[in-house]
Amino acid sequence: MASHIYECIEKIGQSIIDNRGFLTELDREIGDADHGINMARGFGEVLAQLPADNEDIGAALKKTGMVLLSKVGGASGPLYGTACLEAAKVCAGRTALTAEDGKTVFAAVIAGIQKRGKAVRGEKTMLDAIIPASEAYAAAVDAGAPVDACLDAMCEAAKEGAEYTASIRATKGRASYLGDRSIGHKDPGAASSLLAMEAIRSYVKGA
Amino acid sequence: MVGIVIVSHSAKVAEGIVELAAEMAADNGHIIAAGGLSDGGIGTDPLRIQAAIEQADTGDGVAVLADIGSSIMSAETAIEFLEGSGIRVRIADAPVLEGAVSACAASAGGTSLDEVIAAAEEARGFSKLA
Repeated sequence: MASHIYECIEKIGQSIIDNRGFLTELDREIGDADHGINMARGFGEVLAQLPADNEDIGAALKKTGMVLLSKVGGASGPLYGTACLEAAKVCAGRTALTAEDGKTVFAAVIAGIQKRGKAVRGEKTMLDAIIPASEAYAAAVDAGAPVDACLDAMCEAAKEGAEYTASIRATKGRASYLGDRSIGHKDPGAASSLLAMEAIRSYVKGA
Repeated sequence: MVGIVIVSHSAKVAEGIVELAAEMAADNGHIIAAGGLSDGGIGTDPLRIQAAIEQADTGDGVAVLADIGSSIMSAETAIEFLEGSGIRVRIADAPVLEGAVSACAASAGGTSLDEVIAAAEEARGFSKLA
């Protein structure tokens, strides 16, 4: 993967900002109707503060994490912020990442989100998109698939995972107040995670 | 004296709780509000919470009272950032307003951080109608 970490983060941010209405609508159904607004605010600030000429992936992720922590406002701030800070640690000083490195980054991201949110798979959270995506990605890398195919496998699993969240009951976060009424609605965090992964794929593919 | 930090999604809520709880304490300088975002929006900000903890600490530790949702996660993030600072911080598993009032009363009495936390957490089981 080439290093233009700003462009990659910009793609993620732009996708989140473009989909702010969609994410907020998902959150209106089972939460407090602010996920899209919060995430767009956070990424707007990230794009404003991130130095565009920065080549150090670790430094860029650290900056992104700190801004998300402070500017998002909802639970997704500490969750995505911690995910970025943990990813930053394993990317410190790096200006490029290999497909193999992607597995390490995924592991750091998942560990960060679990540390902060104390959630496990199957609780209708972003982890239900991210963990299967990580597994599908790692399996494709281990099988020697080209990076594009690895990222396709990642996005496919993330999409399935995000869809799966609609079929289960929330036990974490604001949606857990709704109990069984949360069933039938997709988790907004899983949806924003999918958008982020699709944006990473589109960056790597140069699309 | 144990410091107290009030975390809420709303700056007004946090400031209001400080105002109310400070009535229990002769010296209200160590009860600090950490509500809302820096732009005035609704939400919680670990960096604001971290700054409030630093401000509230006088060496005897800081008790954090937090409201719903992300406030606990943000407070935990702030506490992680303070690792190595030497400031002792604990989050009370207590309703934010009632817990804050109990914590302030305990803190004003010169008790330890653990005792302040215990006082705040007692508020959890307090019946208003009994």
